[in-house]
Amino acid sequence: MKVRYFAWMKRTVGVAEEQLSPPADIATVGDLVKWLRTRSPGHAEALAEGAAFGAAVDQRTATFDVKLAGAREVAFFPPFTGG
Amino acid sequence: MAVRVQEADFDVGAELDRLTAGNRKIGGLAVFVGLVREMHVREGYHKDRVDALTLEHYPGMTEKALEDIEAEANKRWPLEATLIVHRYGRMEPGERIVLVAVGSPHREAAFEACEFLVDWLKTKAPFWKLEDTPAGEKWVGATTGDDTAAARWDKKKA
Repeated sequence: MKVRYFAWMKRTVGVAEEQLSPPADIATVGDLVKWLRTRSPGHAEALAEGAAFGAAVDQRTATFDVKLAGAREVAFFPPFTGG
Repeated sequence: MAVRVQEADFDVGAELDRLTAGNRKIGGLAVFVGLVREMHVREGYHKDRVDALTLEHYPGMTEKALEDIEAEANKRWPLEATLIVHRYGRMEPGERIVLVAVGSPHREAAFEACEFLVDWLKTKAPFWKLEDTPAGEKWVGATTGDDTAAARWDKKKA
């Protein structure tokens, strides 16, 4: 799946997007977050416990309990500040 | 119903003319235009006046989110026309950043739905503001005021 990062998270992680194949036991958005934290210090910092960020699965806002089965694109981003 | 995300500026008069053309059921048109304001003018240490801001967004998701918000407004109020135009990219103070226009037979629905759309798009559409200040670039944090404004529409109907 493609994992994307936006705004300051992109800079902290160090890449805007990456193509990843998480292990089979990564079932939810929350599982993915925990797994991503182990990839690099940048990932760990951007996706730290208690950091304010949201997620989307296939371009729809998703909570951490949302299942990843069949997902093509998962995104992580800080709270929105448009308008 | 229409949603547009674009880098270019928009002409408010032309947009409103197009929106209402040929629809004689519209009795009231409520319009919100958001501008980039000169923010964070502080004395002393940083004097981090904002020279410009760059709006990043999530192409694909942004359009879906705005369409969802627009559909929700049309579910809640009897509307004849809705338009959201949101810009991205670099903008300087004074520039237009967003246009929300709502046409309805009566003004109450137009006013309410317009306010609803602005409140919701601020908290539910994937845009991020990066400020360009003399002290460097700074990501804008979300405000609890915006969350509170968006949440009052949850209580009303949901």
